[in-house]
Amino acid sequence: MSQFTLSVNGETRSIDIAGDTPLLWVLRDHLQLVGSKFGCGIGQCGACTVHLDGEPTRACITPVSDIGQRKITTIEGLSANGEHPLQIAWRELDVPQCGYCQAGQIMTAAALLKKSPRPSDQEIDAELEGNLCRCGTYLRIRAGIHRAAEIAAARETA
Amino acid sequence: MNNPAPQNPSRRAFIRNSALLGGGLVLGVYVTQTDTFKHWIAKPDEAADSVEFKPNAFIRIAPDGTVTLISKQPEIGQGIKTSLPMVIAEELEVDWRDVVIVQGDLDPVYGSQSAGGSRSTPTNYEEFHRLGATARNLLIQAAAQIWQVPADNLQARDSAVHDPASGRKLSFGELTTTAAGLPLPPPGEVKLKDPKDFKLLGTRIGGVDNPAIVTGKPLFGIDVQLPGLRYATYVKSPAFGGKVVSANLDEIKALPGIVDAFSIDGTENLKGLLPGVAIVADSSWAAFRARQQLRIVWDEGKVAEQSWADFSRQAQALSKQVGAEVLRKDGDTDAALKTAAKAVEAAYQYPFISHASIEPQNATVWFKDGGVEIWAPTQNPEAGQKIVTETLGIPKEKITLHITRSGGGFGRRLIPDYLIEAVAIAQRIDAPVKLTWTREDDLQHDQYRAGGFHFLRGGLNEQGKLIAWHNHFITFSHPVFKDGKNSLELGSGANLSGDEFPGRWVENCLLEQTPLACGIPMGPWRAPRSNVLAWVFHSFIDELAHAGGRDPLEFRMEILGDQGFLPGSGEQGIPYDVNRMKHVLQHVAEKAEWGKKTYPRGQGQGIAFHFSHRGYIAQVAEVTVSPDGKLKVDRVVVSTDIGAQIVNLSGAENQVQGSVIDGLGALMFQELDIDKGRIVQSNFGDYPMIRIADAPTRIDVHFLKTDFPVTGLGEPALPPLAPAVCNAIYAATGIRVRQLPLSRTDLSWS
Ligand code: FES
Ligand code: FES
Repeated sequence: MSQFTLSVNGETRSIDIAGDTPLLWVLRDHLQLVGSKFGCGIGQCGACTVHLDGEPTRACITPVSDIGQRKITTIEGLSANGEHPLQIAWRELDVPQCGYCQAGQIMTAAALLKKSPRPSDQEIDAELEGNLCRCGTYLRIRAGIHRAAEIAAARETA
Repeated sequence: MNNPAPQNPSRRAFIRNSALLGGGLVLGVYVTQTDTFKHWIAKPDEAADSVEFKPNAFIRIAPDGTVTLISKQPEIGQGIKTSLPMVIAEELEVDWRDVVIVQGDLDPVYGSQSAGGSRSTPTNYEEFHRLGATARNLLIQAAAQIWQVPADNLQARDSAVHDPASGRKLSFGELTTTAAGLPLPPPGEVKLKDPKDFKLLGTRIGGVDNPAIVTGKPLFGIDVQLPGLRYATYVKSPAFGGKVVSANLDEIKALPGIVDAFSIDGTENLKGLLPGVAIVADSSWAAFRARQQLRIVWDEGKVAEQSWADFSRQAQALSKQVGAEVLRKDGDTDAALKTAAKAVEAAYQYPFISHASIEPQNATVWFKDGGVEIWAPTQNPEAGQKIVTETLGIPKEKITLHITRSGGGFGRRLIPDYLIEAVAIAQRIDAPVKLTWTREDDLQHDQYRAGGFHFLRGGLNEQGKLIAWHNHFITFSHPVFKDGKNSLELGSGANLSGDEFPGRWVENCLLEQTPLACGIPMGPWRAPRSNVLAWVFHSFIDELAHAGGRDPLEFRMEILGDQGFLPGSGEQGIPYDVNRMKHVLQHVAEKAEWGKKTYPRGQGQGIAFHFSHRGYIAQVAEVTVSPDGKLKVDRVVVSTDIGAQIVNLSGAENQVQGSVIDGLGALMFQELDIDKGRIVQSNFGDYPMIRIADAPTRIDVHFLKTDFPVTGLGEPALPPLAPAVCNAIYAATGIRVRQLPLSRTDLSWS
């Protein structure tokens, strides 16, 4: 067991835990942040995607000891009131079916929009390749990202 | 047929003011509730009876005007938690913004709560109209009493009762006390709305949990948090049903974070509590990490001799013999094939596949106060309760079952194996316990969609008309546990019906079936049977159409013929409305401009249709196959006839698009190998699932409005996809796909 001090969604959290514990289980079992999901545990499905200093990262294969000073953002901390353009677009277009993969989809998409505010379908497909949606909401995910880009652009000009 | 009687016209749901008190506990999944633990703890319904209006178990109206509707069916991604309450809200004339939806626990007051077979909508639709209309009737009567005017003069709309003569209104909230004191109206006096006046049904309403989903609030079974929660993992024999001989439990118990480790004898029920070793820890990771050190000696039994390669060899051998069972025999198929102008022979096969719902199986169980409380992502809470009683002898009254949202179902969560495992483990722990399966557990201990082998012969006459059809289906049986012992039965979804199209349509038709005994558990996978039978039959029909130089659409229309309506054969027979099918088939052809476009080599259209789960669906796929054999589905056009009313247009469209993508994923990628009685694949690395880049560019969904009863949409749109795509591949390349998944066939051309 070792002591770790993590920055999670802007808050400092200290925990005493084995260093090999994946960030996903630290979030879910120890910090009660269950928005990041367990799907495969081997970096194949993207359900656990969080941001480390803004970079989309698979929390299930990231040991807590590897995090260091990097700032962790989870779906719970993506926006203050669920008003991130992607969250708005997701509600507007009713993207989810079961909804289990969607936190991961949104976190990956949020990072994409940061580097490419108006992504093409090809860019979306390439960037979200690592996020499985077992229910098959892929067409609405594409549409949702385009819609979020519009919302974000409108905010800029407002 | 047009106006079916309500399936459950009993008055059981109308237990006034007592429904939620009679043992019912409401699990409040309130989006605003942030306290981690309280969120999950059941609490009695404490609302003061005197002011709340509760006309039945499903509706509560508070004096502040909030209308709480209970969603009784499990939500597994099919959208039922939004759509069924919409039916009540429509009749109640409540503004959707005033509605709060709460997931009901398992409670007999709600009637059946199993979500399977796309039945949730058709079995509840009529009754839910009545529930809402009855409440509306009482609210109107309450206003009539207050104003002393005839009820007939009043109207309900936008969460209030209006008096058009005077322009006054009373909100539903203001009417609760008076309404609560009124007797229920006789059912004959409750008028349902005319569908032409529907304001909510048929519109696009977003899923009620969307706000919680996009902000990461706890919703799913795996998210359950309780004070002092322990975390468990359960290790079963990789060869199905194997028994524990010994395990290094003492070593495991000494590892950090471990609360306990023990073996469970279990039963022989492949859909129940199988033998295994449980590790209980103070965190999920501590349990998973300890599992890596676990050494178990198994007695694997005879199942360890089974393999797919061997099943495959047996199937080839059996195909040369007559079938064990004849499901249909019309005319003389052998004679007709001998004299046919053209005869075609082909063999089709498909593998076992997994449900792979994205939330691994899990359940949380707490033994306390002499009872047991269970939280589970389940499609079939009744089965969950039953197996706890049967296996552990815990009486029904002692079991409280909270239905959580499920991260996908597809039929997997109809089987309560994971639930009984969690209960058996928690019974030995003095704290609440959450059992979480790893992805490897989930993939290697599923209730699989059975593989199968079809040996087909078909014959055409001089005019290219289908006159003979022979199918010998080699399928699988497995041990099914009843009354304490196992007996061999056909796997769920592994049986052919004598009525399956084109049985009943072809004058010389022979359908035979021979099962191979295996020890692999099989279960319903989205659109059981249909999900592969449609592929086999519509691919072979396409082969016959091309052999006869016929247009695939015209050939199919000719087979369907002019029979109008076909009754089912025998007790289990399946009635088939031929006109409905011809209607959607023609419609899809029109929308896809069938036969009107010319394609370069490497591109093409394919067509197929299928009837299942009371839905009539036809699809056209348009594909591009690159010279090096890479498939891209450019567009799928879907025409559906699922009856008179689409409940939630947004949800319905999502289900159809999801079915198309799911069908495409199964077609392109999914395959399990069986060796030494176990599943070879272990996770998404070696069991690939469809990803975003392989999703079709476009999916056009058309709902034909007909006069028929409404039905569900979780399943029927899936089956026609695979044959439509494979027929399009043939049109594009001349390559016929006769094995699944697609990766087994080289699609390159030059
Ligand atoms: S759970 Fe992390 S990628 Fe699947
Ligand atoms: S919505 Fe169910 S997995 Fe994506």
